[in-house]
Amino acid sequence: MNATLPAYNFAYLDEQTKRMIRRAILKAVAIPGYQVPFASREMPMPYGWGTGGVQVTASVIGPDDILKVIDQGSDDTTNAVSIRAFFARVANVAVTTKTVEATVIQTRHRIPETPLSEGQILVYQVPIPEPLRFLEPRETETRIMHALEEYGLMHVKLYEDIAQNGHIATTYAYPVKVEGRYVMDPSPIPKFDNPKMDDCPALQLFGAGREQRIYAIPPHTRIESLDFEDHPFRVQEFDRPCGLCGATDVYLDEIVTDDRGGRLFACSDTDYCEERRERAA
Amino acid sequence: MSEAPLLNATAITKTYGSQIGCENISLDIHEGEVLAIVGESGSGKTTLLNCLAQRLPMTAGRVSYRMRDGTTRDLAGLTEAERRFLMRTDWGFVHQNPADGLRIRVSAGANIGERLMAIGDRHYGQIRETAHDWLSRVEIPGVRIDDRPTAFSGGMRQRLQIARNLVTNPRLVFMDEPTGGLDVSVQARLLDLLRGLVDQLALAAIVVTHDLAVARLLSHRMIVMKGGRVIETGLTDRVLDDPRHPYTQLLVASILEV
Ligand SMILES: Nc1ncnc2c1ncn2[C@@H]1O[C@H](COP(=O)(O)OP(=O)(O)OP(=O)(O)O)[C@@H](O)[C@H]1O
Ligand SMILES: [Mg+2]
Repeated sequence: MNATLPAYNFAYLDEQTKRMIRRAILKAVAIPGYQVPFASREMPMPYGWGTGGVQVTASVIGPDDILKVIDQGSDDTTNAVSIRAFFARVANVAVTTKTVEATVIQTRHRIPETPLSEGQILVYQVPIPEPLRFLEPRETETRIMHALEEYGLMHVKLYEDIAQNGHIATTYAYPVKVEGRYVMDPSPIPKFDNPKMDDCPALQLFGAGREQRIYAIPPHTRIESLDFEDHPFRVQEFDRPCGLCGATDVYLDEIVTDDRGGRLFACSDTDYCEERRERAA
Repeated sequence: MSEAPLLNATAITKTYGSQIGCENISLDIHEGEVLAIVGESGSGKTTLLNCLAQRLPMTAGRVSYRMRDGTTRDLAGLTEAERRFLMRTDWGFVHQNPADGLRIRVSAGANIGERLMAIGDRHYGQIRETAHDWLSRVEIPGVRIDDRPTAFSGGMRQRLQIARNLVTNPRLVFMDEPTGGLDVSVQARLLDLLRGLVDQLALAAIVVTHDLAVARLLSHRMIVMKGGRVIETGLTDRVLDDPRHPYTQLLVASILEV
């Protein structure tokens, strides 16, 4: 389908709603890591399918943008394909699977391996925006804790991790401190990707639809992963290269290749992997 | 005592609508001193304790406290950040029900370490060592450090709650019926432990109890409440051995009968 459906405004949301969401985004950019409430709208997909990210993308995307959508590093999952198709339909924007070509990248669970550059926007889909919720379910209390920078509880969680597992066993949604101030949940990306957030030249926006929160990391912001002096933060290490492209410094997924227990470890970032194989060929 | 009091309360009143919680109560507590608040159910003990500990807004009155830096502050004038910092460093609060004062979902070690991490400790090994030390001080075997409080007996939970409060070396601890829900034999052991800790650490404490034996064992001074008011106050031995107010006489007589 090529033309925008007449029933929809550009990018599905009406201009009023987009302005409201942009105001929330501007506030989020002005206070890096701070969770800004916004009035989440009904989207033509259920919560849990990235409604927060979709609303953020809809509010920042323009007719000249080129959109990439990834889910677990892949452009081809049902979720990624349907969100990409949604924007192609309601905003008539160009889409791509190539990280370098994209101006807006909506993601669930990964940051692309190809370094992002100035002018790009990375939009994260966020299920649970509140990093303190694990130990403090009361929202009135977590709000005070953020306001007063009372983040001891985050270390209680890491302490517990080490006590129960011998090391910090949190591998996804690993908490970070943003520009030395707010503690933030980076959404369920692997901690492998945490260092990519630090000093990143792209704008990073986070949208939680069900929880109605938006937060942001402006370009070139300091992002530190929380840790202990004697248990410093470390990313996952893989003891083998990608089985398809041979890359060694990337995040690998385990792929079952047949029904006789055949397994393969390959780049979770499919675009990155294909690019490398094309270049090698 | 010549030194200025650690905490001073002047004319504290707390009403719940038309219901009086406590009325026009003034008291001092000095460093290292244990004050018991006794009285029958509904006499206003918990209300008074919560007002003193800044956990309940007062209807009238003021509470001032001599901070660690030596300055005496009207607690109503503290910022929220200062108030919360005071509560988790220089103060402790021991609830009757340990579940109210513990984090049930994390281990004993994490429970004890929480305050340390809250004030910026970032060395896992040291936090753990301190937690270990405190477990032994409250007579919980060190091997239980990674167990959750849900796996503990009532007495152990209460001792864990105490350890969790004392780890920052507070100067003042508030306790509401600390031996309340426990069996008699467990109560006795906890009382011994509390008495030892209060002595060693020269803690000041305000202990609410309806049990005169607890007051006798733990406190230097006591106040007797009835209907939200203080009806008698004095050194604990004096009040218990020579009660002046007819109501106190009745209270003391009633325990001697059993
Ligand atoms: N939240 C409340 N709302 C209304 N009235 C209250 C409230 N809390 C306490 N009261 C009333 O204030 C009075 C003092 O109660 P408080 O709980 O301080 O007594 P107490 O001495 O601690 O009693 P107990 O020994 O049973 O714990 C009682 O009459 C009680 O009913
Ligand atoms: Mg009470």
